[in-house]
Amino acid sequence: MKKIIEPCGLHCIKVHHMGVTLGEQVILEDVNMHIHCGTITAIIGKNGAGKTTLIRALLDDIPHEGQIDFRDTENGEIKKLKIGYVPQKLNIEKGTPISVYDLIAGYQSISPVFWSKKRKLYEEIKEVLRVFDAEELIDKQVCNLSGGQLQRVLLSMALMDEPKLLLLDEPVSGIDQNGMERFYRTIDYLKKNFDLAIVLISHDLDYVRKYADKVLLLDKTVIREGTPKEVFSSDEFRSVFGVRGE
Amino acid sequence: MSTFFTEWLQYGFMKNALIAVLIITPLFGILGTMIVNKKMAFFSDSLGHSALTGIAIGSVLGMKDTTLAMVLFAVVFALLLSKLAEKATTSRDTLISVFSSASIAIGLAILSKGGNFSKYSGLLVGDILSITLQEIFYLVIIFVVTLIFWFVAFNKLCAESINVTLAKSKHIPVKLLETMFSVLIALIVMLSIKWIGILLINALLILPAASARNISENMREYHLFSVIFSVFSGVLGLMISYYTNVATGPMIVLIAAVIYFATYIYGRRFE
Repeated sequence: MKKIIEPCGLHCIKVHHMGVTLGEQVILEDVNMHIHCGTITAIIGKNGAGKTTLIRALLDDIPHEGQIDFRDTENGEIKKLKIGYVPQKLNIEKGTPISVYDLIAGYQSISPVFWSKKRKLYEEIKEVLRVFDAEELIDKQVCNLSGGQLQRVLLSMALMDEPKLLLLDEPVSGIDQNGMERFYRTIDYLKKNFDLAIVLISHDLDYVRKYADKVLLLDKTVIREGTPKEVFSSDEFRSVFGVRGE
Repeated sequence: MSTFFTEWLQYGFMKNALIAVLIITPLFGILGTMIVNKKMAFFSDSLGHSALTGIAIGSVLGMKDTTLAMVLFAVVFALLLSKLAEKATTSRDTLISVFSSASIAIGLAILSKGGNFSKYSGLLVGDILSITLQEIFYLVIIFVVTLIFWFVAFNKLCAESINVTLAKSKHIPVKLLETMFSVLIALIVMLSIKWIGILLINALLILPAASARNISENMREYHLFSVIFSVFSGVLGLMISYYTNVATGPMIVLIAAVIYFATYIYGRRFE
């Protein structure tokens, strides 16, 4: 995994006219975003505003209109965008014999995880886990991890591919206040030490105020964007959340 | 004493049965791991039940060998069910239940017409002692196909079962894999059902994997234990059934069930 100390600031990701319609219902329309590497963009909005749908559309998981451009601003070259995704939860029941190694290796390698443990891959995974102080978890069963531990494993998994864009659904359950603080500090660390842009769905406005560089207020479309201060003091914010954020 | 363990193998039909067990049980052990993880136990059970309908359709069409009809019907059944479950608003297990009971009813209705059902009742418990070399050959083919599929697609199948969105973001063909897996289960269940029996086939798919789950921490242990338990129950069950004159299928499942309870108790020790 390549690690550079400063994000280069030369990559930008543009989302043009993203729209999602399910049957008759318009979930998202004309969403435009402009994201730079080395920044955290928080997406906020009420339940049903389309936050998760936006992430799924960005991942190409659901049919959508619009497109994503990934450009190197230095030479204007258009590249294929590698996206890392951190889901909110996994479909792993208690008692399932999947270790952290199995989980990550299964997505990384074609060598079947039920057959053998690859020494080299094992070391690579351990190295990424080390970034999040989670290397001792590598042989633990995924279903026995705490909420915070799982979150760190999932972040490691997303970083394995050296993504240029990291999409996250903020954890909502199984993490206490300390865990949340730690989660946001980790995200902040990633922003400062890796060459990637971070887009995060957030439910906790206090953390958004503290850590986000840019905020998008979503309600079917982007109804307000700017710095946390600008968005929180806007009329749009008040009409969505009922109070001013300031 | 030494002849005690080999005596049963002097008969040709027992040898064939042993070969069949040595092919079927590892297959069931392997597939079971994913069926249990993906919570598809009810799906494989209802596939087993659809065998009756397949045979009924085959006999109505005047086919001499109803196996082909059975296999084809099961594949269609599996495809239809996955397609509907994807779109349906009802929960998956309700849908499977509806399909399963409807297909049993159709099968029983047709096969019992004229009071002839007793001819087919053997299918309920199966008879592995009647397997022929040609039928063993079919099992070998499906064994090889499954192994290839498992080595090529296991990681992706597992990834898809853990989180669909994440799997799709890694360009894993989620739908194709699900379909292939369902069809594979259908094929294996149908090709083994005559030997294990409709009533017991699902037990043999689920029990070894469920037992392995009780004591495994990772995928390697899970597969290893599941295959060992499956083969062990199969061979021991066959042997005991010879000496006790009890039907083979139930004996195999009984042993698998004992292993399940033993591993359950053993696994709880650590909690």
